[in-house]
Amino acid sequence: MMFAALSVKEKKTFTLLATLLLAVLTGVNIYELVHIMNGEIPEALFNGMLKYGSFSIWFNTLMTGIALLYVLLCGKHIEKVGQHTGEYYALIFFILCGGNLLSGYSNLLILFLGIEIISIPQYILAGSDKRNLKSSEASLKYFLMGSFSTGILLMGIALLYGAMGTFDVAKFNFMEHSVDAMSLGGILLIMVALGFKVSAAPMHFWTPDVYDGAPTPFTAIMATIVKAALFVAFLRLFSETFGGINQHWTLVLAIITALTLFIGNITAVFQQSVKRMLAYSSIAQAGFMLFAVLAVNATGFKGIIIYAVAYSVATIGMFAVLMKLKDYTYDGFNGLGKKHPLLAFTATIFLLSLAGIPLTGGFFAKYFVLTAVLEQGTGMMWLVIFALLMAAISAYYYFKVLMAMYFKKGEPELAMEVTAGDKFFLGLAAAIIIVIGVAPDILLAWLKN
Amino acid sequence: MILLLLILVPFVTGLISFTWKHGSVKTWALGASLMTLAIAFIACAANSQAMLVYNVPWIPSLGARFWLFGNGMSVVLALLTAIVFPVIFISQRNKPVEDAHRFYGLMLLSQAGLMGVFLAHDLLLFYFFWELALIPVYFLCSTWGGERRIPVTFKFFVYTFMGSLLMLAGVIYLYLQTPGRTFDWDTIRQTGASLPAFEQGAVFCLFFIAFGIKMPVFPFHTWQPDTYEQSSTPVTIVLSALMVKMGLFATVKWLVNILPEGTVYWTNTVMVLSVIGIIYASLLAMVQSDIKRLIAYSSIAHIGLMSLGIFANDPNGIAMNGLVVQMFNHGINITGMWLIVSMIEQRYGTRNLRELGGMAGSAPTMAIALVIIAFANIALPLTNGFIGEFMLFHGIFQSENPYHITFMVLAGLGVIFGAVYTLNMVQKVAYGEAKTAVVVKDVSSNELFGLIVIIGIILLLGVYPKLLFGIMG
Repeated sequence: MMFAALSVKEKKTFTLLATLLLAVLTGVNIYELVHIMNGEIPEALFNGMLKYGSFSIWFNTLMTGIALLYVLLCGKHIEKVGQHTGEYYALIFFILCGGNLLSGYSNLLILFLGIEIISIPQYILAGSDKRNLKSSEASLKYFLMGSFSTGILLMGIALLYGAMGTFDVAKFNFMEHSVDAMSLGGILLIMVALGFKVSAAPMHFWTPDVYDGAPTPFTAIMATIVKAALFVAFLRLFSETFGGINQHWTLVLAIITALTLFIGNITAVFQQSVKRMLAYSSIAQAGFMLFAVLAVNATGFKGIIIYAVAYSVATIGMFAVLMKLKDYTYDGFNGLGKKHPLLAFTATIFLLSLAGIPLTGGFFAKYFVLTAVLEQGTGMMWLVIFALLMAAISAYYYFKVLMAMYFKKGEPELAMEVTAGDKFFLGLAAAIIIVIGVAPDILLAWLKN
Repeated sequence: MILLLLILVPFVTGLISFTWKHGSVKTWALGASLMTLAIAFIACAANSQAMLVYNVPWIPSLGARFWLFGNGMSVVLALLTAIVFPVIFISQRNKPVEDAHRFYGLMLLSQAGLMGVFLAHDLLLFYFFWELALIPVYFLCSTWGGERRIPVTFKFFVYTFMGSLLMLAGVIYLYLQTPGRTFDWDTIRQTGASLPAFEQGAVFCLFFIAFGIKMPVFPFHTWQPDTYEQSSTPVTIVLSALMVKMGLFATVKWLVNILPEGTVYWTNTVMVLSVIGIIYASLLAMVQSDIKRLIAYSSIAHIGLMSLGIFANDPNGIAMNGLVVQMFNHGINITGMWLIVSMIEQRYGTRNLRELGGMAGSAPTMAIALVIIAFANIALPLTNGFIGEFMLFHGIFQSENPYHITFMVLAGLGVIFGAVYTLNMVQKVAYGEAKTAVVVKDVSSNELFGLIVIIGIILLLGVYPKLLFGIMG
């Protein structure tokens, strides 16, 4: 892809090329997955630094699949951002590469590499609309704060290395070495750094500005695929590696979760722009995904898979609808239900899913992560009830968009023509959400253990 | 299979209505609802339990099944749902509706949701339908109705959605306690009953808030008068005749049966709340001048008596039977009431009692219908309301609750108040001087048909209530 930028002149060719490549990648992942399901154990790569199991490969498959949907829905908008379409796609592929490392890492160094490979392209993508001041601001802000969190992550890894004498997470043994201040400090620093990356409160301050300032097609990928991949890393590290000593970090993470839910939901209520509302809603949704990390059990892994797909598809779809409009405020949606019934209808499905209404994937996403936590006992009941109350608040701002679309009169202006292809892929995204909402098992059948 | 059809027919026909381009969508919806009614009659006539079960796996990894089950109460309520919709469609036929295909599509979808709630035998499936019944009604209330409909409906939605989410916490909790992780009613019931008393009480709270908001029980009722007032008549009927029953039905099937000790713990609290609701709503109803608000408050009072019946716990179970009868009858009566109110509003252009009068002179048929339905509403003998209310009081009287006489007397006060405000309304609307010069037309043939069905059921069940007991088994 990177080299294609040198030789290809036509912008549309890039989109086509990216679509084909993603389709091939998805195919390869499925091929790999079928082998694993047949009982083959994939060999570890790079001296055991990367190990893939059915969870990792299935997640990679879904991630590339969602990226494919993303390119199909947003491709035309990526072409419109600026001159360097080829580079944008190259950066998106870098992000996918980082995601693949994160789902299969078995060594803290690979974790670090994966996170950096995901982050650096984002700094560039956020600032890709160079003529727009807000975009440059977003990029700089993200870069500065991101560098800090990288430093914190490195510090945490260094402390853990000091305590354990190895980077290989498989060799970590908290039983042998008593849990001392050094390893606990390391875990805490890593938690803060990863919390920053997934925009958990109180490390969320960059999120609204960056998501709002970045060009909308890139916000769509930052809020979805990137976030999902980072959550997989978070979940794997804390469930598989630190799961045995979770009594030491559960309370801290529970407080982070509660704060994330509270700040994300309450602040989202006051937003005037739908794009900014979606930024805060992504913080709120991160709060729910943190439940999967808190749970430390197999249901948590199922939860994150369903959550990642339901949330990513709904959010990408919502952004795709948003990009069609000229005006990003709630008023911009006025009367959409009359003017463009299909656009409004699919947006309705996406919003209902984000709010977690049954018959949409969002319901089972929330259902699984909450069940995962309650499986560990009733100690977390307070957090679950708090989260559900927050979900009721989230219905307020999601339904505000619905109200604008259906119950208010207006003439929504489109920024771009809605083609038959757009309609088809929006319909497809909505169908995916409904299918997950009726039969979540199709996503879980591919997981072993 | 019959039960599956009860849900599938309105669901599929509802979806088709959205894309309906040619011909009259009204006729299509009416045909669909009549078909559902026919299926409901078959279900009532079914003589073996095996016919009233539909059980297939749904989400194997969770142990959730698509399990429908019809017993006395659920079949009665399914029948009520099946009767009310065609009556609405017939009597509202001549009224122009904007965006008719969407309106009828949403109406049929809400019917499917209601049927699902009454028939689901699997807790997760029940939860699904519980929410599914809400979403179409949300759109119905917000799109068609009075000026303040959007904020009012939103309040209603937030209330009920919050309740449902708390219930979800309870659902997950119960599910995790079941051996082998399943949602089916029998296992859930055994699990619930075996929980320690404190936990039963806590889960009871989570469920009851959801159900209490739907009923509504005092102090969760504040959404109700506004929503009834602002919605258009068909939707008000769906809300007051059917959705309210969701709360009562769910309390019996998914609460009292499942958490016996929790129920014992909270019985007096709920009964006190119900009695407060009866008295408070009756007093408010007496001072309303808007007929719609008056009926809304009277509905709260009636529901209060029914929820009292649920918790009466009399040894012979008379109150519970009375509850089923009364749920059916209240659904019929209030449908008739709203139909009349809608006719009045259409003709006089107002719902204000002070501006109405003399209807008996200009529109005698309407006045006669109003009087009969009002009598049924205050449970005069020979009308259907009498037998249900009598059984409820009889049950409460035999209750083992130490305060049962107090509750009964206070609830009886509500009945007296009920007679006062209902008859007062009839008097002001039907008799006295006509206040306006508007020439009032009597009922049209469509409206007459709807009223005849309602009044027919009122008199038939008033004289021969055994029909209903037959269905209850």
